Amino acid sequence: MDRRQFLKSTAASVALGASGTLAAPYVASAQSGPIKIGLLAPLTGVVAAGGREMVDGFNMYWEQVGNAVGGRKVEVIVEDDASNPDTALQKARRLVEQGNVHFLIGDLLANTGLAVANYVKGTGTPYFIPIIAADDLTQRQRIKNVIRVAGYSASQTSRPLADWALKKGWKKIAAISQDYTFGHEQCGGFAQVFTEGGGKIVGEFWHPLNTSDYSPYLGQLSGLGVDAVFAMETGADATRLMQQYASFGLKGQIPLIGAMNLTDQSVIRTMGDEVDGVITAAHFAEGSDAPKTKEFVAAYTKKFAKMPSLYGFSMYSGAMWVAAALNKIDGKAENRDLFIETVLKTELKDSPLGKTVRLDAYGNPIYDVYIREVKKNKDGQYWNVPIGDYPNVSQFWTYDPVTYMKQPPYSRTFQGIKA
Amino acid sequence: MTGLSTIDRVKWVALILGAAAFALVPLALPTYQVSIATEIVIFAVLAMAIDLLAGFTGRTPLCHGAVFGVATYVVLYCVTVMGTSPWLAVVIAIIAATLLAALFGLLAIRTSGVYFLLLTLALGMLVWGVCLRWTSITGGENGLRGSVRPDWLNQNIVFYYAVLVVVAVATIAMWRLVNSPFGTALRGIKDSETRMRSLGYNVPLHLFLIFTISGFFAGIAGALYALFNNFVSPSTVALSQSVEGLLMAIVGGIGTLFGAFIGAFAIVGLENVVSIYTERWQTVMGCMFILIMIFAPEGVIGRLRMLIVRVLRR
Repeated sequence: MDRRQFLKSTAASVALGASGTLAAPYVASAQSGPIKIGLLAPLTGVVAAGGREMVDGFNMYWEQVGNAVGGRKVEVIVEDDASNPDTALQKARRLVEQGNVHFLIGDLLANTGLAVANYVKGTGTPYFIPIIAADDLTQRQRIKNVIRVAGYSASQTSRPLADWALKKGWKKIAAISQDYTFGHEQCGGFAQVFTEGGGKIVGEFWHPLNTSDYSPYLGQLSGLGVDAVFAMETGADATRLMQQYASFGLKGQIPLIGAMNLTDQSVIRTMGDEVDGVITAAHFAEGSDAPKTKEFVAAYTKKFAKMPSLYGFSMYSGAMWVAAALNKIDGKAENRDLFIETVLKTELKDSPLGKTVRLDAYGNPIYDVYIREVKKNKDGQYWNVPIGDYPNVSQFWTYDPVTYMKQPPYSRTFQGIKA
Repeated sequence: MTGLSTIDRVKWVALILGAAAFALVPLALPTYQVSIATEIVIFAVLAMAIDLLAGFTGRTPLCHGAVFGVATYVVLYCVTVMGTSPWLAVVIAIIAATLLAALFGLLAIRTSGVYFLLLTLALGMLVWGVCLRWTSITGGENGLRGSVRPDWLNQNIVFYYAVLVVVAVATIAMWRLVNSPFGTALRGIKDSETRMRSLGYNVPLHLFLIFTISGFFAGIAGALYALFNNFVSPSTVALSQSVEGLLMAIVGGIGTLFGAFIGAFAIVGLENVVSIYTERWQTVMGCMFILIMIFAPEGVIGRLRMLIVRVLRR
């Protein structure tokens, strides 16, 4: 259905683009035809639900602006990365070498993004990653043509949460997290800031992805005498952790805080009271009362009958960001250097965030990060409402970038914990 | 008169046509399709390595994706972490894969049938688990990446021919192997292990050797794959990789060796073509396998051979 729609709109835009060129013969030949965008999203595999929302958010933006930017039509080619890095790489190759796209955008899982990033390092194709959060892509292993428009680096938003926890007077916190790089990085950001500020991480529990029974971990957590539990979970793991946290009676006893994916709309929209009051930190909060946020949430909810998740929001805003840059350079997407330079200098205005955002020198956005609490809205649905605000949070927090990047990347063994 | 039967002549013509197709067609292809062709010939080597065991020895392995992937990991690790030259890395990788296969062989040759299948499955999963969890060495689920391929091979078409030369040599070596007395002994083991034992053949030694040799060729394919992708992650050593290799061998025709090329062409090709038209490409693939299993369990080549024989007998 969506594909068919896409084909139709593609055909229409190609036709329009072609007729536009005929009508205006003075247009330079290099610029004739539509701007071709290669969108990579996991439409099958373990994170297919998120992939669908990515495509929805991305297409929603282009529909709103009439599928055109900088005086040129836009043609989006969607490819399924199958949640698998080898497939992602193959599809990226096809989009670049066969589809001749002007730039790539998308992917959800860090390993798919890293594989594609490694490929575009060689081809020079601009690649935008609104979802891929792997720290090093905009830090130690930065690639100039890989830019995190409207995305965030993994450890970026858990740092303000640690600061918030310290200000709350909490001294002892235990962490539970999925055992993979994304988890190591989000926990690392939290653990480093929390311990540097005098707090103590009394335990970190790493569990494999797709853990169905949390009782061994919850049993240990309850006996540690901590002030709060920090959880880093995505997808079904997030659902199960919060359910079991409540059913083990820990909810209400020990405050539960977490990295942003824990209470993303994609998780909490199917859940009940067990998510009430969970605190997370993120740059986007669908329950914010900023007019632009309200407008976006309303439009998205109307269109897709559900509130936007991080995936839909990020791809929408990412599209907006790239479009703003393309408008500045009159759609000259062929001029890669100019294009990349312009994107890096472009500020994201009027986005669903409700605030202007710019990129740091490493191609990662600097955000106002919200501390969010899960509450019920007037329709009785749970959403994330801002209860605190940390302005201008970069991926380096308060550290000097050069000094910071000398410390090793976060891993299971290195969490930046200050003894 | 010529000493060749008609069926042999058909075989040779088909072989020459097939070889010519792989040698010449990429010249006319756009660069992306050349990269697909490269992938096809690399996976054909993996499928042939599996066929050595599954088709010629009667032992179906489910760990060859892991052996293949270990070679890929070793190349990436050597070049990106230790900074060795790609050539040395490829040699080390093939040795590593061969040794791993030898180790697996020692354990697996004691079993046969479904136990062999399960044991090799478990060994393969072990490798996958190690690659996933040993983050400091393997990069965890994010894997390892870097530019491994030497600069002069960076053009798709140049790389394709370089790979094709290696693949051709490996193919001829495997073909010689299965047509040697050793290969005949393997077929004897496949047909009746006890008879071969009573004839005085050292069956465990034969099994161990062919397992190791098969791992050696899987290692070659894995090392080429490292140069091709410049990237490796646990999905390369996952069970699905072993299964895919086995399916390629089965689709082409188990025990036909060259069928691997047809199998690899069918699977890699279909993956790419079908996924253009539908998100449900995996469903299409699944249905195709079911149909092949029902109507042509002997694979494409096996089926063709039967048809030709039938036509000739008329």
